[in-house]
Amino acid sequence: MSATAAGWLQVAVLVIALVAVHKPLGDWMARVLTTDAAPEGPKSRLWPQGHWRVERLVHRAVGVDADAEQRWPVYLRSVLAFSLVSVLFLYLLQRVQQWLPLDNGMAAVKPGSAWNTAISFVTNTNWQGYSGESTMGHLVQMTGLAVQNFTSAAVGIAVAVALVRGFVRSGTDRLGNFWVDVTRAITRVLLPLATVAAVVLVLGGVVQNLSSGTDATTLAGATQFLPGGPVASQEAIKELGTNGGGFYNANSAHPFEGPSAWISLFQVFLLLVIPFSLPRTFGRMVGDRRQGLAIVGVMAGLATASLALTSWAQARAGGAALQLAGAATEGQEVRFGGPLSALFGTATTLTSTGAVNSMHDSYTPTGGMLVLANMMLGEVAPGGVGSGLYGMLVLAVVAVFVAGLMVGRTPEYLGKKLGRREMTLASLYVLVTPVLVLTGTAVAVTTDTGLGSLLNNGSHGLSEVLYAFTSASNNNGSAFAGLSANTPFYNTALGLAMAFGRFLPIVLVVALAGRLAAQGKAPVTAGTLPTHQPLFVGLLGAVVLVVVGLTYFPALALGPLAEALA
Amino acid sequence: MTTALDRRPVSATPTEPRPRAAIEWGPALAGAVRKLDPRGLVRQPVVFVVWVGSVFSTVLAITDPSVFGWLIAGWLWLTVLFANVAEAVAEGRGKAQADTLRKARQTTVAYLLDGSEVPAADLRPGRRVVVVAGQVIPGDGDVVEGIASVDESAITGESAPVIRESGGDRSAVTGGTTVLSDRIVVEITSKPGETFVDRMIALVEGASRQRTPNEIALNILLSSLTIVFLIVVVTLQPLAVYSGAEQSLTTLIALVVCLIPTTIGALLSAIGIAGMDRLVQRNVLAMSGRAVEAAGDVNTLLLDKTGTITLGNRQASEFVAVGTASEAEVADAAQLASLADETLEGRSIVVLAKERYGLRGRDDLPGAVFVPFTAQTRMSGVDLPDGRQLRKGAAGAVLAWVRAQDGPVPPEVGDVVDGISAAGGTPLLLASASADGARVLGVIHLKDVVKAGMAERFAELRRMGIRTVMITGDNERTARAIATEAGIDDVLAEATPEDKLALIQREQSGGRLVAMTGDGTNDAPALAQADVGVAMNTGTTAAKEAGNMVDLDSDPTKLIEIVEIGKQLLITRGSLTTFSIANDLAKYFAILPAMFAGVFPGLDALNVMRLSSPESAILSAVVFNALIIVALVPLALRGVKYRPASASAMLRRNLLVYGIGGAVLPFVGIKLIDLLVSLMPGIA
Repeated sequence: MSATAAGWLQVAVLVIALVAVHKPLGDWMARVLTTDAAPEGPKSRLWPQGHWRVERLVHRAVGVDADAEQRWPVYLRSVLAFSLVSVLFLYLLQRVQQWLPLDNGMAAVKPGSAWNTAISFVTNTNWQGYSGESTMGHLVQMTGLAVQNFTSAAVGIAVAVALVRGFVRSGTDRLGNFWVDVTRAITRVLLPLATVAAVVLVLGGVVQNLSSGTDATTLAGATQFLPGGPVASQEAIKELGTNGGGFYNANSAHPFEGPSAWISLFQVFLLLVIPFSLPRTFGRMVGDRRQGLAIVGVMAGLATASLALTSWAQARAGGAALQLAGAATEGQEVRFGGPLSALFGTATTLTSTGAVNSMHDSYTPTGGMLVLANMMLGEVAPGGVGSGLYGMLVLAVVAVFVAGLMVGRTPEYLGKKLGRREMTLASLYVLVTPVLVLTGTAVAVTTDTGLGSLLNNGSHGLSEVLYAFTSASNNNGSAFAGLSANTPFYNTALGLAMAFGRFLPIVLVVALAGRLAAQGKAPVTAGTLPTHQPLFVGLLGAVVLVVVGLTYFPALALGPLAEALA
Repeated sequence: MTTALDRRPVSATPTEPRPRAAIEWGPALAGAVRKLDPRGLVRQPVVFVVWVGSVFSTVLAITDPSVFGWLIAGWLWLTVLFANVAEAVAEGRGKAQADTLRKARQTTVAYLLDGSEVPAADLRPGRRVVVVAGQVIPGDGDVVEGIASVDESAITGESAPVIRESGGDRSAVTGGTTVLSDRIVVEITSKPGETFVDRMIALVEGASRQRTPNEIALNILLSSLTIVFLIVVVTLQPLAVYSGAEQSLTTLIALVVCLIPTTIGALLSAIGIAGMDRLVQRNVLAMSGRAVEAAGDVNTLLLDKTGTITLGNRQASEFVAVGTASEAEVADAAQLASLADETLEGRSIVVLAKERYGLRGRDDLPGAVFVPFTAQTRMSGVDLPDGRQLRKGAAGAVLAWVRAQDGPVPPEVGDVVDGISAAGGTPLLLASASADGARVLGVIHLKDVVKAGMAERFAELRRMGIRTVMITGDNERTARAIATEAGIDDVLAEATPEDKLALIQREQSGGRLVAMTGDGTNDAPALAQADVGVAMNTGTTAAKEAGNMVDLDSDPTKLIEIVEIGKQLLITRGSLTTFSIANDLAKYFAILPAMFAGVFPGLDALNVMRLSSPESAILSAVVFNALIIVALVPLALRGVKYRPASASAMLRRNLLVYGIGGAVLPFVGIKLIDLLVSLMPGIA
């Protein structure tokens, strides 16, 4: 089978699998995350299905009343406090790993790198300035990094659910309970799915052991070190939680992390499955599945367009001779063919995963620009676990505001009026990431420390820096390679970009959720802007593209675009 | 409430707006120059950024003179000026009307009850003044004694005089209007400087204009976009330096000004003022811009049946014969019984008899004695010289009259009467008595006549998602029948003022916005509670105080137009915002290659307009950016075209025109300007 035919087949299998799974998974998430509509009723009825024993243990350990709801400032404080504690714990764990068991002989991680990594994993970015197999012992990998893979994804789901509740509820100051939401997201969604996925990965040849590695003699007679480790268990949640932090430096291009083509495809499925199912959850919770369908329609439309363009750009690279050999090959996953590289690259940048099975630095300039632009979309198509949904909903608020005016009414989305305060929060949300990306890049290219890490100069060098800050600010975590980022400057700057890029939007989203929940609900009439029709889907897609295009066009023009048109 | 009779005839077709003067650019330009003061511009962040850019580029042009630098600086100042022109033109509209009103305020003397003179400016609420024919009423107040015809044309523009009398709902008089006949005593209700006319002057001049909630929200979005583009351009310079393509400050300022949403930023306040102005042209005064905006959002319209939906009087539509009588006999008797009946209902019986049965009016019936209607008998009629007595009236009263004379009552009478009631009509029984005894002749079917064209307008409203509720004192059955005929969604029958208030609160608790009209004092609570409360100018002071709009024409049908104006205001804002943002695409394609094609020749591929030189490209974009503001001033003042349609249809149309149009038009415009600009020495 030709690589192109295989590529088409892979996409078809992926789409069928996602379509099949998103309904039951989305419905299940809606079920476990929906509280009873009467917060002031008998407390025991708040969670209709009750709590599992293990959840009760967690609630007791945290010291939280699982049947009390939180106002938005309390919900927000819980998110931030939980994340802060996570960062501190993860930092400490890395700094003392040499005294703990299962350290595999690794030294303490240096402060700059440890801070960067702690932020990176707690913010669901999983930017890796370090090389996994030569820095982190198994204990840190399992109890630090893998745990954050679960919790950071669960935090994303919790924040998204809080925003959805804002749309669902009216006349209340309660948004639910963060601790219950996070616990349930882990126990009832992430853990079961990750367990199944890990077993599939092991069956597919991903390693899972506690060995610190073996020295093997190759056929050619040379000695090679083969690292071991609990890879499959971490790999499952790495993709499922759109984390992307690889066990090994080479990430999913490493044969132990990505042993075969179908495992690579399975990984793509894993990293897309929750973000593409959450719109269904949203639709179920707001009581109109068409609303969820519209959101998923925008996400899928953007993703499809991006994949098509990237595949096309990659396939037509390098002239006739190279095209016969499969077009662009440098840095590609040549074991499985170019199309799977393009698919993986598109999926990993469109979700906030950042795992790679090929090196984006070596993509054609156009291909590289597209994976960069994917992240610049703000990680909403479909975006990270939870963060994709809340990002898209905020953009929908902006789209509804302008479009709503055009139908002659004060704009309202899902019955909620978009007034001064709602628009302040949404406008600030849209502002955060471009400011981080552009100022970060500007600072990096004007300072010697920033420029010192560049592998390439000229446009490609600019692309590398732009990519790094885009990836960090959008909590993607993929690297363009070519940039030596494990320096004090980049560890600090990218760490700040990751922290602000994650938590400023969360602050705004939870505040928005609080505003919306406090409002009443306007009835839907023929004069209301319909937000479930293809027209709105197209409009929202256009708003996403325009917001990106207008903001990043100059920077892209000097980076990848200048290179592509050279 | 006023009775239907004293209302002017109202039509279902939109009222013709007052003829509007052409835009007076001269005074507007003078006003625009005055507005260059930055302290005033801070309210409009987008325009303020352009102002700062203009100052900087002027300094740069002075320190480092070049044709390009001076041209950019000049056009940036023009951009600010054009933004001010938009506002000044809109404000100038109100000036003319305000001047007319000021003339009405020229009353200086008031006469107290004891005949002494006091200056009108000293009048305080509670003072009583006497106004006789030919005098101007010195202040707002209520007539407490007497009746007079008053010329209110100074305020309403309507020359026909109106009747004002003490007591009841027609007691309110407005300062500045002229008494034409008789003598009235007026109790002053407003302080000097706070009269209705004073408030009108402030409103039409825009002096008391406060920004509305939606305008503020949009301003926040625009500010946020402005910040984004400022960051984009500020951070672009380091990237450009890195790439070896450092840009001049003038170019960067030009890029910022082109990218930030100047078009909508410049026109935003003009759109708001013009929205109020459009209401003024239709003789509606909105006490706040908030109310105009709310009008666009209205979900439920409460409409009084009388005067709004129906013509206000019932008319005979049919004669039904019962028993042995023939239809012609009924018609003849009905006409005779109504000859002396001067009510509109009575007239309509005579008219029907003439039109349908060819019975000519008989002017005098010698010897006939007319029996007038009284509340006790609830009948009227005539006693003819030949001894026949004819009576018409409420079914119960007439039947009792027949039975009292032992007359037979045909069994079908009940059915006919009930049938007419069920159809929303009013049955009048017609009976005669003579030496042969009394008998029931037939039934006159009186019905409310729905105004022509109303059904279409209600269907329009339904398409816009607005529910209509008819308010009437009629019973439920009658009300339903009329509602069905007029195409009204719901009715509130046998409505008391409390019912109205409760209905509004019920609608509002469901998140709906309610609009209503009213004129009586007992309407005041409901008017205050409604999101849009339109008081009739003929109404009481209490009603006018409670509502947030006053209709000088006192035409309740106008509520529909008010809703449309509110919608048009929001649509204009949304459309011009979309247009403004869509414009940026072409500007990027003009400016980016101009900035960077020197270093990266490949980027010249972005120069799709093939503009002649970098300087010409940047200048053309700036010039287009400034001119488009002036070009859109008339649209901002007029409002974008509004046709009632469903939300999807409107969105599709406006997206096509202002979204796609906004993306395409600047490509053409910038290219054309470039063709001219490139002819200039020092640019090409």
